[in-house]
Amino acid sequence: MSATLRIRSAGPGSTLQDAGRFGLLRFGVTPAGPMDQGAFMAALLASGDPHGAAIEVSLGGMELSAEGGEIGFAIAGGAFDLKLDGQAVPAACALTLAPGSRLTLRAGVYGAWCYVAPFGRFDLPSAFGSLATHTRSGIGGLEGRMLRAGDAVRIVDPRPAPQERIAISAPWLGQAAERLRVILGPQQDYFSPPTIETFLSSPWRLSPRSDRMAYRLEGPPVQHLKGHDIVSDGLAFGAIQIPGDGAPLVLMADRQPTGGYPKIAHVITADLGALAQKRPGDFLSFEAVTWEQAIVARRARARLIEAGVTLTPLGGAELTAEFLLAQNLIGGVIGAEE
Amino acid sequence: MLYERPRYLDAGDAALVVEFGDSVHPAINARVLMLDAALRDAALAGVEETVPTYRSLMIHYDLLSLSRAKLLARLEELAPQAAQVFAPRARWRLPCCYDPSLAEDIVEAAELLNMTPERLAALHAGGDYRAYMYGFAPGWCYLGGLPAQLALARRASPRGPTPRGAALIGGGLTLVATNPMPTGWYVIGRTPEILFALDRDPPTLIEPGDAIIFEPVSADVFQSLEARASSGEVLARREALS
Repeated sequence: MSATLRIRSAGPGSTLQDAGRFGLLRFGVTPAGPMDQGAFMAALLASGDPHGAAIEVSLGGMELSAEGGEIGFAIAGGAFDLKLDGQAVPAACALTLAPGSRLTLRAGVYGAWCYVAPFGRFDLPSAFGSLATHTRSGIGGLEGRMLRAGDAVRIVDPRPAPQERIAISAPWLGQAAERLRVILGPQQDYFSPPTIETFLSSPWRLSPRSDRMAYRLEGPPVQHLKGHDIVSDGLAFGAIQIPGDGAPLVLMADRQPTGGYPKIAHVITADLGALAQKRPGDFLSFEAVTWEQAIVARRARARLIEAGVTLTPLGGAELTAEFLLAQNLIGGVIGAEE
Repeated sequence: MLYERPRYLDAGDAALVVEFGDSVHPAINARVLMLDAALRDAALAGVEETVPTYRSLMIHYDLLSLSRAKLLARLEELAPQAAQVFAPRARWRLPCCYDPSLAEDIVEAAELLNMTPERLAALHAGGDYRAYMYGFAPGWCYLGGLPAQLALARRASPRGPTPRGAALIGGGLTLVATNPMPTGWYVIGRTPEILFALDRDPPTLIEPGDAIIFEPVSADVFQSLEARASSGEVLARREALS
């Protein structure tokens, strides 16, 4: 059994992602995968398939419809404005799209990425064992490219959402702090102590020249002590490179596997999702923490995600913000992973 | 320079870098490749993947299942294996065209290096290279052995995409690119060879550690070779060394 998911409109930058393509970094193949792993997991857990894939909707928004049958979706991410046939639904929710209905996702009060996971599987060929799209190398997803208006993807074994409307509550989702924690290095010796101090105390603004590969930051140029060339070495998600122009580049999901600019610091794993959800023009700042503090934060976050999401059926009444809030607080709970 | 002892560097909380030196040198890269092989054989649970580079090995690992202390202890145990002799297995002859019509930055790079484009091409084609690592993008092969006269800093900021198969110089290094990507390097040649193909297993031809020689070809020859490569033919010649 199958149904078809139709992309009716899509802004630039939306792609299909699973957890990522691993094991080929040594041949220069980028893992890709979600920008905000926590939000992605919230959508997957709610869809009942933690190893599945989702559409990663960018700030450009998207409109979707179903053809040939009903398809349920679990949606989570930044606080996007979601509408089903013009009626507002919560930013994190599960719902069923019937043929003839339209689901629209538009950037809302905060956040840059939103995940739409089907109850069912995308019928697409995997590349090296993964569906993750890496547009710069044209690998994965739908023809290795961004999604666009007119695209159709078959969903195999589509199921409706278990209730007509379900709010998804995941304690690790929420508006991100402005302050992101970093571990200094490993090339902090390429910068003077006053430069590092300025880097840590300055407000940084996310540049419009940011994408899934890297977030560029605007602020006081970071001066190099001994040039901007290092012998190219490996790059991790969250590495903060300082290229020759002194404008920090934070390497994101589509980062190149290696690079030759010195890395002043790394954003800790627990804060990568918060960073990803920043929008061009948003301000952020950095706070240096120890490796041990980073691990504590990472374990705490892993425990939250392990505990899963809470699904709360919603009534069919007018969905005002107050109503949604009340439902979230008092509603029944469905196990997310059954 | 090869360090007396490897440096263990945290790249955030999800990766550890084992750095053997601070330069591009066959002896340093050999340590990297040998440690990579030793770690693969050790099959340590929690190690997700490793990325050998010129002078260091990046180890992506899951801290929730493998502690940093345990990883460090295991790396110390494996150190003697990394110090063993490494020998290249093969030499590849790669056609490369240095004509400015295909090598869009060769004139600019030659000016910056204070030489003619012909001299730059001759020096680049005269080098005896070793594949040290892949990186940056699928199949981008970084080589050691660039003649010192061609040492040129990369551009201060990356610029628009390079053509497919570009031979690039920058930061005193050279590499052969596959797909178009933005970089701060200079395009000084192009190879018609397809070095990375999704439908090949493995997707790459050249192994890290292999020796490479560039064979200059004219723009006309490039066009005909490119057509052959596009139809699936492997142009580069491989000689077994050991």
